[in-house]
Amino acid sequence: MLPEPTLNSYLALSAVLFSIGTAGVFLRRNLITILLSIEIMLNAVNLTFVAVDRYLQSVDGQIIVFFVITVAAAEAAVGLAIVIALFRHKESLSPDAFTTLKW
Amino acid sequence: METLFFWVFAAVAVTASVLVVGQRNPMYSVLLLIVSFAALSGLYVVLDAPFVAAIQIIIYAGAIMVLFLFVVMLLNVPTEDAPVGYHARLLGGAGPRRFGAVLSCVLVIELAVALVQLTPARLPSGEAARQPTVYEIGLKLFQEYSFAFEATSVLILIAMVGAIILARRETH
Repeated sequence: MLPEPTLNSYLALSAVLFSIGTAGVFLRRNLITILLSIEIMLNAVNLTFVAVDRYLQSVDGQIIVFFVITVAAAEAAVGLAIVIALFRHKESLSPDAFTTLKW
Repeated sequence: METLFFWVFAAVAVTASVLVVGQRNPMYSVLLLIVSFAALSGLYVVLDAPFVAAIQIIIYAGAIMVLFLFVVMLLNVPTEDAPVGYHARLLGGAGPRRFGAVLSCVLVIELAVALVQLTPARLPSGEAARQPTVYEIGLKLFQEYSFAFEATSVLILIAMVGAIILARRETH
């Protein structure tokens, strides 16, 4: 039978998701996939907040998750706007295409 | 029952996330990420956090991912450029790419060490588990965290204006 999940199971799952997100940021060569990997990392952290919240029987972690999601929404909006602006300039989504600060 | 749900949702979340990172087509990545978020939302329900589960679905899967989908469709770039030059090999590649791979390996090792050192902590269950209600979250959000809440609204406004200005087509 499957072992009962403890706080450590949730922390381990969160660590696995965060590592997947980090690997995505470093290994992918597509700006949109990189932004998606950042979202995976934010979600891994959210899972930690909620799990520890459950462990400590408090609500503060859930409120912080609320703010994290709000900031993630703002980040996605601005990030995607930058991606669109970059694509208009170079017709490419590869981060290697954008090596100069000004053109 | 809770145990079963935890393992099912955890497996779905990890599998979907790995596939998100492994996909070459950003469209599939976005759709798989929605699956991953839905699984995480299920985990939040298992953790007695229905408020977070709901905003996870409504804001993340419903709003942010739709924004991503719109951009993927708008830009019309189905697949990632084929690997060229030193990017062709994963760990054998030169410069920043190898550095990044090494850094992620270091992070994995650090996290593994940190988790192994922890003593298993059981989550409170049964009578001991007092589930904080959405009512309590609301009270705390609008009393203790009211300044942060108002600051967030300014942040959203700035992000909105910034996104419009950045994505605007230059007319001159």
